[in-house]
Amino acid sequence: MATLSREQKIEAQRRMLRIRAFDERASKMVKRGHIPGTVHTSIGQEAQVVGATMALGEKDYMSGNHRSHGHPIGKGSPLGPLMAELQGKSTGVCQGKGGSLHLADFNVGSLGESGIVGSSIPIAMGAALSSQVLGRDTVALAFFGDGAANQGVLYESMNMSGVWNLPVIFLCENNQYALSTPAHTVTSGVIAERAAGFGIPGIRVEDGQDLLAVFDAVSTAVERARRGEGPSLIEVVTYRYNEHSEGLRLGTDYRPADEREAWLKKDPLVLFREHLISVEGFSAEEMDALEAEILAEVDAAVAFSENSPWPDPSVGFKDLYTDSEYAA
Amino acid sequence: MSVMSFLGAIGAAQKEAMDADERVIIIGEDVEANVYGTTGGGKTRQETGDFVQMYGRNRIRNTPISEEGIVGAAAGAAMTGLRPIVDLSYSSFLYMAMDQLVNQVAKNRYMFGGQASMPAVFRSAMFYGLNTGAHHSDRPYPMFMNAPGLKIMVPSTPSDAKGLLRTAIDMNDPVLTFEACILWGLKEEVNDDEFWIPFGVARTHREGTDVTIVAISSSVHEALAAATELETEGISVEVIDPRTLVPLDKRAILNSVAKTGRLVVVEPAHRTCGAAGEISAIVAEEVFDSLKAPIIRITAPDMQIPFSPSLEKQMYPNKQDIVAAVRKITQKDKERVLA
Repeated sequence: MATLSREQKIEAQRRMLRIRAFDERASKMVKRGHIPGTVHTSIGQEAQVVGATMALGEKDYMSGNHRSHGHPIGKGSPLGPLMAELQGKSTGVCQGKGGSLHLADFNVGSLGESGIVGSSIPIAMGAALSSQVLGRDTVALAFFGDGAANQGVLYESMNMSGVWNLPVIFLCENNQYALSTPAHTVTSGVIAERAAGFGIPGIRVEDGQDLLAVFDAVSTAVERARRGEGPSLIEVVTYRYNEHSEGLRLGTDYRPADEREAWLKKDPLVLFREHLISVEGFSAEEMDALEAEILAEVDAAVAFSENSPWPDPSVGFKDLYTDSEYAA
Repeated sequence: MSVMSFLGAIGAAQKEAMDADERVIIIGEDVEANVYGTTGGGKTRQETGDFVQMYGRNRIRNTPISEEGIVGAAAGAAMTGLRPIVDLSYSSFLYMAMDQLVNQVAKNRYMFGGQASMPAVFRSAMFYGLNTGAHHSDRPYPMFMNAPGLKIMVPSTPSDAKGLLRTAIDMNDPVLTFEACILWGLKEEVNDDEFWIPFGVARTHREGTDVTIVAISSSVHEALAAATELETEGISVEVIDPRTLVPLDKRAILNSVAKTGRLVVVEPAHRTCGAAGEISAIVAEEVFDSLKAPIIRITAPDMQIPFSPSLEKQMYPNKQDIVAAVRKITQKDKERVLA
């Protein structure tokens, strides 16, 4: 089974730190009005995101959801164009036409987020179909949440992928709440166990704050898919530290305070920092330096974005079709 | 040239495209058994077998009944190197995949700033006029005209079906093709060689000077029959088939109306927000001063389609409706002259 080298572990921590710092900065920028609209952060879920993306190869594909800044960052996207996209700038990864809900960076295999819950799941299946038909060895991974786990298209996709033995991984990021709705109140049974109905492996990672546990589970599924043995469903139990979206204030306490406290004590960045020091022999100073390096990287990304011009109005009328700009 | 049916011409275009490019695949319900008649192999079946025998199950993907998953898979495949032809059988089934068609297929290229291209064709048959009741009789192409990012073709002859479909398959944008089942058996001489009919170029089936009829899908044949009858009354009718609704050949329509001064638009879809309404609005906006009479739309009413043959046939435009409309807008002119 695949394991992370010492260098890869540092890279994993680097990517988790990037996600945390990027999303913390984005949260502040939303509240100050520097990012239009809102954003959905992955803060608290970094181990689950990076544990999965580190298990993918450079050419592997993935599709995301509304809570998806972390996915391209975890796959290696540079931060500047992502931040510029959040601000709607011309240098954004989607030229300012997607925004936070529709980040996509095809350079790293990120086929795009979807603002419609569950909607991007079959997109990953289609990428896996391409791999199979064209004889490539790439795999595809669909990120979705516990909310999307109750969308019918997931089961259409699991069934078709199972029948065709497609190299796809269905990765459910179970952060336990669909906006305000506790997953257990709307979900019958265990999500991972639903895989059995399709004759495919279903794995539940109980501690999604443990990067190595997520990496192990996803690597196993990726290797299986690459060997031509078909799809897997992985459910990773995790927790979002922030509100569903930044700036949202709900009048009800849908999450018990002690529950959040307990999960805050299992901060994946702290846990993996301790692992890197105690197991891999890095010093606390080295870890501090890495964290400072990432903060500077995010500063540079924000500066890049702030210094970028708004898109030319004509950009709003391009890219609808490949051969013409506007039908009228 | 050889005689091909409408359905045979579609199969011929698919075969050409499958032969020309190994990235082209066919995906859909019952495509393996050729239930809908376009994956059977046609005239060469005796020697080469059907599509499964010719291209294998890697490229002929028989699916479960999962329209949302099928369309989503095709979208993901199109974004990563394949060129899927999706056979959705009945047009009414498109609604099962509405999210994928409207939120993914139509939007992804735009939302992602041009990173994605979506070379996929979504074929569906409109079973109207065949007593299949309300769940199989839809003519839903106007709904999809309202989703920017999709291209839409509505062929009315075997030749157009073959040439337009080939263009659609080779195009890098998503195309929805709406095929009228009542035309399936229509036969004509079709070029056996590869040919491509460009999108956005209308076909003038018949030239005339008194009235322009823009007709869509099976209505083209009703319009042509009406034009023949009206000719005996001394009324000269021009019949234009736009062939593709997105993009729409506005220039051909506007030029014709500028010449004739009268417009009748005929289509089998519902009246409200239909293609006929859109074409009428464009003409009113652009060449209002050329019009000698009010524009007339002849469409299906805003009513569901009943099962009984005696009830259903009154729902679609027919030759008599068209003849009456043309007489009406030319009659006023005659009265004015007489007075």
